[in-house]
Amino acid sequence: MGRSVPEGRRQLVADVSSATRGDLRLTRITKTYGDFTAVNDLSLTIPEGSFFALLGPSGCGKTTTLRMIAGLEEPTVGSIHLGSTDITTKRPYQRPINTVFQNYALFPHLTIFENIAFGLRRRGIKDVDADVNKVLELVELPHLAQRKPTQLSGGQQQRIALARAIVNRPALLLLDEPLGALDLKLRRQMQIELKWIQREVGLTFVHVTHDQEEAMTMADTIAVMNEGEIEQMGSPADLYDNPETAFVANFLGQSNLIKGRIEGSDGDNLVVDLFGQKIAMPKKRSHAVDNSIYAGIRPEKFRISLVGTPTRGNILTGGRIEDVSYIGVSTQYQVLMPWGQELMVFEQNDDGVAPFDKGDEVVISWEPNFTFALRGDEDADAGTEVIPEDLDEE
Amino acid sequence: MSTTLSKVKMPYLLLLPGFLFLFTFFILPIVNLAQTSTQTPIAGGDTGQYEQTLRFANYLNAFTENKEQFARSFIFALCATILALAIAYPLAYAIAFKAGRLKNFLLVLVVAPFFVSFLLRTVAWKQILGEEGFVVPGLRTLGIISESTTLTSTSFAVVMGMTYNFLPFMTLPLYASLERIDPRTMEASGDLYANGLTTFRKVTLPLSMPGVVAGTLLTFIPAAGDYVNAAILGSPNTKMIGNVIESRYFKIVDYPTAAALSFTLMAAILILVTVYIRKAGTEELV
Repeated sequence: MGRSVPEGRRQLVADVSSATRGDLRLTRITKTYGDFTAVNDLSLTIPEGSFFALLGPSGCGKTTTLRMIAGLEEPTVGSIHLGSTDITTKRPYQRPINTVFQNYALFPHLTIFENIAFGLRRRGIKDVDADVNKVLELVELPHLAQRKPTQLSGGQQQRIALARAIVNRPALLLLDEPLGALDLKLRRQMQIELKWIQREVGLTFVHVTHDQEEAMTMADTIAVMNEGEIEQMGSPADLYDNPETAFVANFLGQSNLIKGRIEGSDGDNLVVDLFGQKIAMPKKRSHAVDNSIYAGIRPEKFRISLVGTPTRGNILTGGRIEDVSYIGVSTQYQVLMPWGQELMVFEQNDDGVAPFDKGDEVVISWEPNFTFALRGDEDADAGTEVIPEDLDEE
Repeated sequence: MSTTLSKVKMPYLLLLPGFLFLFTFFILPIVNLAQTSTQTPIAGGDTGQYEQTLRFANYLNAFTENKEQFARSFIFALCATILALAIAYPLAYAIAFKAGRLKNFLLVLVVAPFFVSFLLRTVAWKQILGEEGFVVPGLRTLGIISESTTLTSTSFAVVMGMTYNFLPFMTLPLYASLERIDPRTMEASGDLYANGLTTFRKVTLPLSMPGVVAGTLLTFIPAAGDYVNAAILGSPNTKMIGNVIESRYFKIVDYPTAAALSFTLMAAILILVTVYIRKAGTEELV
């Protein structure tokens, strides 16, 4: 980040690292409401000091999971441990866990100072001034201490909500869609800021979001949730480059999934037939269970060339450009293939003008290493119909 | 030019109906009442004939003669307000946060008594607290009151009647302010190490103060001037200032004293309310 650390921030880091903490373990957690299963047999370990994201669409159970960790809901089945302590049935105020609520939930009748001091005072700490001022400095808003929450902008309220939680030096900080109410530009800025603060104070952050870009920007580890279960867990790069299910492939970014068959193998590679055209892909990136697969390629991994120009790697011929969208940093093409599927191709605009026009006959090529394979019996559209912007209601 | 003129005039035009109404039915009667309060009987005139003599001693006389009833009015009103608050707060809290789908039904129940006349309901309380009701025999069986104790024609009955009659005026503003509280602020309080009681003291109660102030004013002010409950449920020993004003006006036809008492009551309430609002410090909350 290349910014200097103010004295207040450094001191806070030292204070926090002396607190007792441990990994958070969820063991076979199930939560049902009547007939509806919100979370289904979920097990999860969140290592101490990590920035962990629970990512998924509305109703996938991620907020319910967070509320069970906070103590606002009790699991129907299963247990929650923090370090070696069983906290499953502890009341929220008995847990060393604090939450940054969606829409912040600041106390409107208290000043910013008293909002931040609230948790310290409840724990019987008399001299709160030093701690409160320290976190106010950390979020760079010391001049607002005597204001009321309604006098602050959304971004400022967001920082105060964060300050109110971290001043307690919790073993675990939960963030429930913390940036959902901010506009795009501010959200980007706060993403970087949050990541920076997490690294500075060294607390474990558990972040719930439906915004895949936000999760990828901030988290060390992402668990993608769908219908009460974890689809896949890993680093942002793992999830993006090597998704294991169609849901993950489509929910994290966009994917071209092409129906195909495994024809044989060639060293470390598999030979795959895609509608009569042979391609190669690494064996270790196949998650198929039999010969029937979906071959997955991210749109930016494709290259387009006019018929007759030299290409390398995997090649699919017979494409025709159906649509061209220029979006500044890149150009997006829809390429109609002979088997009737339209493939998405993103080309960086690093060589002047967009070189292809609608109707051009083209060849698509890519590096075999960028291919992943999913089970052929999956729903290729899983996770695509979700539009994150519509999910703010969760 | 004409459009800007009408734009300037528009707010005043909109205010006109309200202003005319208040002028006719509030300001004129108040002025009339003020004039009446300093009149004296016409020498040798009939009963009810008075002339303006600017006799401000009317006020002093009216007050000193009815100190007891003034005191009783405020004590009864205070008791009824406190009782109504004690009943209405948990009720409004339950409707706002715990009622779920029953919320609207319960709100209808709160205002349901308004479908029956105020007088009838008060008379009904006479039955409830009477010898043939179930309350008195029940309390006697339990040994809470002695065999000779009755509840009608007592201060207790008057306060109970007022508490009952003004309960919806307490409940509705309380409900409105509790309902506006974001439940997440209460969750946040629990998350920040406050138990249920502390959350109520530090978050819920302060945030519901506008409702507490509105509800107590809507109960206390009409209760202090009320005379129906004391007339129906009380005795000559439980007379409130409203009963005095009523009898001075309609029975004794002593208009100046009735007017002076009315003004004194108004002034006393105004002072009390001002002090109360200052103390409660609700301006900051609104």
